[in-house]
Amino acid sequence: MLGKLSWTAIPFDQPIPLLAAALVGVVIIGVLAWVALKGWLPYLWREWITSVDHKRIGIMYTLLAMVMLLRGFADAIMMRSQQALAFRSDGYLPPEHYDQIFSAHGTLMIFFVAMPFVIGLMNFVMPLQLGIRDVAFPTLNSVSLWLTATGALLVNISLVVGEFARTGWLPYPPLSEIAYSPGVGVDYYLWALQISGVGTLLTGVNFVTTVLKIHGPGMTYMRMPMFCWTTLASNLLIVAAFPILTATLAMLLLDRYLGFHFFTNEAGGNVMMFMNLIWAWGHPEVYILILPAFGIFSEVISTFSGKPLFGYRSMVMATMAICILSFTVWLHHFFTMGAGADVNAIFGIASMIIAVPTGVKVFNWLFTMYGGRVVYSPPILWSIGFMVTFVIGGMTGVLLAVPPADFVLHNSLFLVAHFHNVIIGGVLFGAFAGYNYWFPKAFGFRLHEGLGKAAFWCWLIGFYVAFMPLYVVGLMGMTRRMQHYDVSAWRPWLLIAAGGAVIILAGIILQIAQLAVSIGRREELRDVTGDPWDGRSLEWATPSPPPAFNFAVLPRIEAQDAYWGVKQRVRQQARLGEEPGYSAIEMPRNSPTGFICAFFATLMGFALIWHIWWIVALAALGAYATFVVFAWRDRVEYIIPADVVARIDRANRSARSEALGSPVQAAP
Amino acid sequence: MSAFQGTADRGDPDRLGRGEGSRGRQHSAEHAAGGLASKRIVVGYGFWIFLLSDIVMFSAFFATYAVLVGQTAGGPSGRELFDLRNTGIETACLLLSSFACGLASIGAQAHRGSWFYGAMAATFILGAAFVGLEVREFAGLVARGAGPTRSAFLSAFFTLVGCHGLHVTAGLLWLLTMMAQVFAKGYRADILRRILCFSLFWHALDIIWVGIFTMVYLMGAAT
Repeated sequence: MLGKLSWTAIPFDQPIPLLAAALVGVVIIGVLAWVALKGWLPYLWREWITSVDHKRIGIMYTLLAMVMLLRGFADAIMMRSQQALAFRSDGYLPPEHYDQIFSAHGTLMIFFVAMPFVIGLMNFVMPLQLGIRDVAFPTLNSVSLWLTATGALLVNISLVVGEFARTGWLPYPPLSEIAYSPGVGVDYYLWALQISGVGTLLTGVNFVTTVLKIHGPGMTYMRMPMFCWTTLASNLLIVAAFPILTATLAMLLLDRYLGFHFFTNEAGGNVMMFMNLIWAWGHPEVYILILPAFGIFSEVISTFSGKPLFGYRSMVMATMAICILSFTVWLHHFFTMGAGADVNAIFGIASMIIAVPTGVKVFNWLFTMYGGRVVYSPPILWSIGFMVTFVIGGMTGVLLAVPPADFVLHNSLFLVAHFHNVIIGGVLFGAFAGYNYWFPKAFGFRLHEGLGKAAFWCWLIGFYVAFMPLYVVGLMGMTRRMQHYDVSAWRPWLLIAAGGAVIILAGIILQIAQLAVSIGRREELRDVTGDPWDGRSLEWATPSPPPAFNFAVLPRIEAQDAYWGVKQRVRQQARLGEEPGYSAIEMPRNSPTGFICAFFATLMGFALIWHIWWIVALAALGAYATFVVFAWRDRVEYIIPADVVARIDRANRSARSEALGSPVQAAP
Repeated sequence: MSAFQGTADRGDPDRLGRGEGSRGRQHSAEHAAGGLASKRIVVGYGFWIFLLSDIVMFSAFFATYAVLVGQTAGGPSGRELFDLRNTGIETACLLLSSFACGLASIGAQAHRGSWFYGAMAATFILGAAFVGLEVREFAGLVARGAGPTRSAFLSAFFTLVGCHGLHVTAGLLWLLTMMAQVFAKGYRADILRRILCFSLFWHALDIIWVGIFTMVYLMGAAT
């Protein structure tokens, strides 16, 4: 009746996951009870869960990422403390648990922290910057969000029911085959990623269509803000790379569930084909993550330097060059495969070439700051921290791209230090820069600056203290994923690294404090102008938070840095333009399709993991029925009347004119 | 933004939305999509992007098949297994169904019920015949001990061809849903857009099948 599921699936003999799960459970039930008691559930359902507004979906993506960051970081600090303790002893984490922790850490951080964070920011910002009212397919956007949340949920269910994979963040066969991993851990991994992968792919389709087909009037490609360019590049990569992940994981699933022989040792299976396929997705994936971060840095550095971005065209070229080159380097993840000197040399050179456009970008950012009047707010602190850190990470990357060096460093902690150097120093710093930068736009008040700076310094120092020692022990020959060791020379470095993790923990606590304090003092941090940083792109032309329709009248874009030009003109003429004629606006109606669809996807994923076939069939039927019901609806849009639009826009106009010191035109 | 500009442009100043979108749209209400490129263009474009991603997925299966085609593990190879006559009939069914699907699109655009339903029914029958022939072929192979678990070659073969077959099956379900929808709602603009997407999907499956027919069956039977 319930397939492989029974009471033995719940790990009563392991206190750590049970306690953690109990804590999480109490927190979730507590929050739900609080929300229910306050009577906010209808509001949440109506305004958020069923929302198809790109701004709200973006905020929910970001929230998901931040919650999962806490879980992923809990795994990280457990690993660091285990390695600090496990010198000639077993530490406190048994091997099978330790293996699950490092697998869950990598999986969560890449798929459910970094991805939703950048997708959330793209969702929120890109339509505002393009001067439009929504993405191309608003309901599909909601489906994407909830499918991603489904994946995150499945990974976290594995904490209590069953186990998670012990095979690393990429489940290399033959270890991940049924013969060597007979438990449900790998199945949790595979189904969580298949479901969230569909969500990501749909986001890619949605955003590529949006950027290429829906611009505000006059928004030509060469007038798009840099963040829109990197959004386009990143989503093109999603469309081209994620199907490979889907296919690869499907093959592993067929091996595990139906006894196929893609990656098995026997009957002609080819293990190295998995490595090739997974990295043909995996290397573009790192650029899917880093390119939006590059876009955020471009916006932040230009805004806080008070200058247009230096070398805009070269920046566009560099972005698109990275977009293409990212597909030509995947083999550098396994030079040790033995493909031969010539193949390794080609991929080594390709890997070094991709550092060139990245270097172009770093110089462009430096030249943007040069001669500017730089305002040292948290967003630009994260950006400067990024530039220093990322260059170091990039250089160790070029080192690893040299095949002979890679043979020595492969799978060592040097590699671990390298990719944390670029992912934390690049993607995460970028996400935090964007979070501090666009928070006032999303919520109407700024984040507390002092706490933001303190959090930045803890993260920056903590990062160096935690990861520079890993370069050292990596060069000493320490391999990754060791549950215990007996080399006394490694010990001091691993103790320092654990100290670094504690400093990062302080940074995270400060970030939580920053959010809490900012909410508490929101009146004094209120952004009444909608343009708290003297911004340059169109999102700053809207009130904070922007109305559902973003723009009362679609803006006409006449140059790069569209809003900056308008502000200059208003300042010169000392008056706003004439009030436009307002008309009613059609917006897409909210829909529970995404949420219901994800409910069935969760059910189906869980049932597939535990081989409960009748639930699989029911859930598939339910998902199909959901789509039919969605397709059958008759009213897809609602109208915002012209007088409501006028009222909202007049308030924005008067706030603007006060901020810019020009008298408002009398309303007709 | 409007705060600063008296130009209050509405509609389509840059003439992005050539096509049906600029006809018949309420002049006062501009939608995120409808105000700029027409919805039909946006939906068709988005669906093309999706199809490209689907083709990337198939290319991963094609590449896998190419790597594993020689790994028969002492079992039968394609030359011993493939029946070109059966595959030829399958191909004919699928290509004719695509033709019928094209007729159905024209029928839908012309709002001609008998034409649309007849052509859609023909598409369905031909598509179902294709799936039936494929299932029969698979069942025959399994009965001969040449199932997907026999060798890496057969794993790759069943996955590549079966993935296409699953797409066709899903397409058949979509086809029936579209017929029911037209029956219930008529030729509404959004339903016509869905018919456009369906026909794109159906034709794309043809393109993939041509690849399978060539790379798997013809080359497999020849070598």
